[in-house]
Amino acid sequence: MKPLTAVALMLALAACAAPAPRGTGDLGLVVERAAGRVMLIETSGRTALGRVDGLGDLSHAAAVFSRDGRYAYVFGRDGGLSKVDLLRARIEARVIQAGNSIGGAISQDGSLVAVANYSPGGIRIFDARTLEPLAEVPTGAKVVGIADAPGNRFVFSLFEAGEIWIVDASQPRAPAVTRLKGIGRQPYDGFVTPNGRHYIAGLFGEDGLVLVDLWSPEPGARRILDGYGRGEEPLPVYKMPHLRGWAVAGRYIFLPAIGRHEVLVLDSVTWTEAARIAVHGQPVFAVAQPGGRRVWVNFAFPNNGVVQVIDVPRMQVVKELRPGRAVLHMEFTPRGEQAWISSRDDGAVVVYDGASFAELARLAAESPSGIFLSSRGAMTGF
Amino acid sequence: MHRWLVLLVLVAAATAAAAADPAPARRAELLHLVRQDCGSCHGLTMKGGLGPSLEPAALAAKDAQMLRFVILHGRRGTPMPPWSAHLTEPEAQWIVDQLKKGLPQ
Repeated sequence: MKPLTAVALMLALAACAAPAPRGTGDLGLVVERAAGRVMLIETSGRTALGRVDGLGDLSHAAAVFSRDGRYAYVFGRDGGLSKVDLLRARIEARVIQAGNSIGGAISQDGSLVAVANYSPGGIRIFDARTLEPLAEVPTGAKVVGIADAPGNRFVFSLFEAGEIWIVDASQPRAPAVTRLKGIGRQPYDGFVTPNGRHYIAGLFGEDGLVLVDLWSPEPGARRILDGYGRGEEPLPVYKMPHLRGWAVAGRYIFLPAIGRHEVLVLDSVTWTEAARIAVHGQPVFAVAQPGGRRVWVNFAFPNNGVVQVIDVPRMQVVKELRPGRAVLHMEFTPRGEQAWISSRDDGAVVVYDGASFAELARLAAESPSGIFLSSRGAMTGF
Repeated sequence: MHRWLVLLVLVAAATAAAAADPAPARRAELLHLVRQDCGSCHGLTMKGGLGPSLEPAALAAKDAQMLRFVILHGRRGTPMPPWSAHLTEPEAQWIVDQLKKGLPQ
């Protein structure tokens, strides 16, 4: 009896010493881009949990998540790839893998992280556990719009070359490349739809978008929304729009027009234009609220102090929010009850109620840009 | 006579440009704009991104007047937009000067 009591006592003490276990489903990070740091956040109490320093140049930083939601892979402009432990608030591993990077993706099975590079142009594939380099795919052009697709594939576009590449990394050390040439001038970003079937790239140098059916045994590129009206004299674009699977709301896909103050609505059944919605400025992000009832839009300089909310059934703007100066990014909690929005020039992350639009919280952050929640780890194309 | 006139105009233009150097508060705004908004394509540290590097070494061989023109009127066939709706000529010139010597830390 006595030894048992001692064991029970030891166990109780051990339980006191160790931090309480916690899940990772409500965790995330905010990029503090000028400080080379991320702020760790949780969306249940809407608080900052801590900060992780030493991530290098985070202008245009992005992050993807491990499938258990514990680790964030942060891609920095300086070619840095950092694996951040959200629970311990520290860097688990870090490599400088290129001179200049734009983003990355994690494979379907979570075992591979691919980084998209501007210089030297190409992607590099790493072991997600150790960040050991496994393969390199040189492209000779800047890589944009990288996304994961089923079958441990990575899909991306080449800005100067006007190509889309599909890289099958099911043999990680010997990736197989499918090149789609002549897809259009200056693809600026691309994304994979949430079902993993289609890759869509936006073109800067031409009037339209490009669609690839990844279910096809021999995928080809097809032009969609051809001649949507970018026009001969488009309005100046002071910031490149961003595309990702968040654009999909039911059967409709909401896309920023280039050089026009409009959001284009693409019908994903017929692949034709369903509507176009006049908005406040050049859209940068058009993000569907989970469930797809509304789409929130932010804008490029000089109209970047406003967020507009589009009602999907009515296809019109129904709400205008002013979270602060220079709104850079918006991220929804996975069920859409909260929207987290960063205001770079007011040094704030503002949390809105997804139904009433009431401000729920305002967190101080230094030049906040991207907001990334761990729930992305469970989504194709993120 | 003609040559003198040209010289006179040049001197007047130079004086005007010097006199129109942005006020300190505006300079801070311009530096913020360069770092943050130009930085979204050229990188916060100007080392380049979708747009080319704007570091002093990359700009050393480039003509200042041409750079000012690109800032104000953009570059056709590239994503570089015209900034003339938001910047005056002296402001664009001042930005070129700052970039050429390296942005203050």
